[in-house]
Amino acid sequence: MSTSVEPRPGAAAPARQNRKPPPEPTKLKVRRVLRYVVLTLLALAFISPLIFMLVTSFKTRADAASLPPTWIPNPFSTDAYATVTGAGTNTPVLRWFANSMIAAALHALLVVSTAALAAYALARMEFRGKKIVFGMVVATLFVPPVILVIPNYLIVGELFWLDTLIAIIVPTAASAFGVFFLRQFFIGLPLELEEAARLDGANRWQIFWKVVLPLSRPALVTLAMLSFLTNYNDFLWPVYVLFSPDVQTLPAGLSTLQTANAVRYDLLMAGAVVASVPVLALYVGAQRFIIEGVSRSGLKG
Amino acid sequence: MATTVTAPRSDTVSDDRRGGAPRRGDPHRAGAAPWLFLAPYLVLFVAFVLGPIVYGLYISLHRYDFTLPNKPFVGLENYTDLFTPGSVTFDVFWRAMRATAIFTVMSVPLLLVVPLVIALVMNKKFPGRNVFRALYFAPYVLGVAVVAILWRYLLDANIGPVNYYLGLLGLPDDTNWTTSTPAAWFALVGVTVWWTLGFNAVIYLAGLQDIPKELYEAAEMDGANRWQQFRNVTLPGLKPVLSFVTMITIIASANMFGQSYLITRGAPGTETRTAIYQIAETGLRNYQMGSAAAMSYVLTVFLIILSLGVFWLFREKQARKKEPPLQAAPMALRQGRG
Repeated sequence: MSTSVEPRPGAAAPARQNRKPPPEPTKLKVRRVLRYVVLTLLALAFISPLIFMLVTSFKTRADAASLPPTWIPNPFSTDAYATVTGAGTNTPVLRWFANSMIAAALHALLVVSTAALAAYALARMEFRGKKIVFGMVVATLFVPPVILVIPNYLIVGELFWLDTLIAIIVPTAASAFGVFFLRQFFIGLPLELEEAARLDGANRWQIFWKVVLPLSRPALVTLAMLSFLTNYNDFLWPVYVLFSPDVQTLPAGLSTLQTANAVRYDLLMAGAVVASVPVLALYVGAQRFIIEGVSRSGLKG
Repeated sequence: MATTVTAPRSDTVSDDRRGGAPRRGDPHRAGAAPWLFLAPYLVLFVAFVLGPIVYGLYISLHRYDFTLPNKPFVGLENYTDLFTPGSVTFDVFWRAMRATAIFTVMSVPLLLVVPLVIALVMNKKFPGRNVFRALYFAPYVLGVAVVAILWRYLLDANIGPVNYYLGLLGLPDDTNWTTSTPAAWFALVGVTVWWTLGFNAVIYLAGLQDIPKELYEAAEMDGANRWQQFRNVTLPGLKPVLSFVTMITIIASANMFGQSYLITRGAPGTETRTAIYQIAETGLRNYQMGSAAAMSYVLTVFLIILSLGVFWLFREKQARKKEPPLQAAPMALRQGRG
C-alpha cells in the first residue's frame, strides 16, 4: 500500500538531481557510523531486559537473588525449568502452555471463520437490513471492552463455562474489527474473478470458498495472527474466569506463580521465558503480517 | 460504492432454494444466503456483545450479588452512590479514576512523542533498518503478564538490577519502585512506554510512508531546513495518523489494568489501583456486580466524551479536508494491552 503513493517517476527523478551538492564523503561516513552506534546502543538498552530474563532463567536460586547482577549464569542451571514444568507441583507450566496454545488457536480459527463469512455477506451481497447490521458492528468498535466484563461473566456462568477453556475461546470471538478489516479487503478484490466463477455455474458458497478465500490469504493470516496474539496474551479475563490450576492459561498462571513464589526470580523468569517463546517465534516468523495488521488497522481501510 | 454494481448480479447466483424464483434486479430478493453467511458471527455478536451491553445496564440497576439469591431492583442507586461523597463506592471509584487519570496524563505525551522520533529515524533508508524495527517492536508482542513479571524483578528494591545500576551511576539506589509514589508511577509509565512504543511507531511509520516524497523535494528546493520540513510537510501529512494514534493511546492508557495489578498490586495502599482494576475487584472479587456495572458505564461515558473530544480537536483543524480517513478500531484494537 505504501508503494502506491510513490511519486510519479517523472517528477521525482529530476528533483533528486537538483539537490544541493552531497557533503564530502568523510563527513557522510562519520554521520553514518554515528547513527549505527546510537541505534545499536538504543536497541541494546531496549532488549536488555529480555536478555536478562533469559539469563536469569538459567541461574540457580541463590545466583538469581544475589548482587551484583551477572550476565552469565554461574553455574549454568536448568533447575528453574525443571521445577516449573515438573509434575506434581501446583504450577503446571506445561499444562498452562498447552491450554494457552489450544485456546488461542481455536479462538483465532473461530474469529477468522465467522468474520470472513460475515464480511463476505456485507461486502458482496444485497439484503434488507445490511446497513443496520454493518452499522451496529462498526458502532461496537467504539465500545470499551470493560462494559462487557461483568455481564459476560454472568452469561458465561449461566452457560456453565466458568473455569473451562470455552470461556476464553468463545465470548471474545465476535470481532467487530475482524469483520471490518476483512470487508474492506473483500471489497477491494476484483469482481471479475467472481463473475467468471459465476458464469461457470458456481454458487455463492463455492465462490466464497474457491475464489474469495484463496485470494484473501494475506488478510486472513493477518487477522489470525492478531487474534492469536491478543487471545494468548489476554490477562484480565482469564484471571477472573479460570480458577483451577489445571485450566489456567500461561499469563493467568504466571500471576499465581508470582504470588506463590514471590522471591524465586529464577522460577518466575523461567515461566516468563516459556510464555514468551511462542509469541516471539510467531513474531519472527510472521512479522510482516503482524506489523502490517497493526499499521493497516490505523489507516484508511 | 460497489454495492450498486453487485446488486443486480447477486440474484443470478442466489443458491436460495426456498425463496422461490428471485426477481431480477430486486436486491431485496437475495433470499436467505446473506443471513446464512452472517449467522455464525451474529450469534456470537448478539450473545456476547450486543446482549451484554443491554444486560450490563440491567445489572447496574439492581443490587446484584452473584452469590445471593435476591437481586433487588434499586433504580439508579448504584449510580447515585458513585456521585455521593462519603458512600463506600464513591471513595474507591474516584480514587481509582484518579489513578487512571494520573497514569494517562503521564504516559500519553511520552507515547505520542517517543515513537514519533523512532519512526522518523526508521523512515530513513539504511541497511539493517528492518532489524532495528523488529527489535523496537518486539516487546509489544509479549503479554502484560510476562512484561510485568519481568519488570517486577528488574525493579525489585533490594536485588533488582535497576537499582543496582542506578547506584553504579551514583544515583539513589534504594527507590521502592513498586511500593511508593511517585516512584511507582514512574515505574508503571516507564514499563508501559518500553512495552508499547513499537506499536505506535509502526502506525506512524505507515503514515510517514504515505507522505509523497515530492513534497519534501519541493520544500528542500524552497530552502526549507530539516525543522521547517518537519513542521510544514511531515506534521500536516501525519495529521490523520496523529489523531488516530492520540485516540487509541488515550484509550489504551485509560484502560490500564495488568501493569498495576501485577507490578504494584495497587500499592502503596490502593493509590495505583486503576479504574479497570477497581471494577474487576468490585465485580469479580467482591461480587458487587451492580456497583461494578454502574462503574463501568460511568467510565465508558468518560471514555466516549474523551474520544469525541480528541476527534473534534483534530477534525476542526483539518476542516477543509473533505473525507477524514475511516479510522478503524480504537477500543477493540488495543484491548489486550491493559
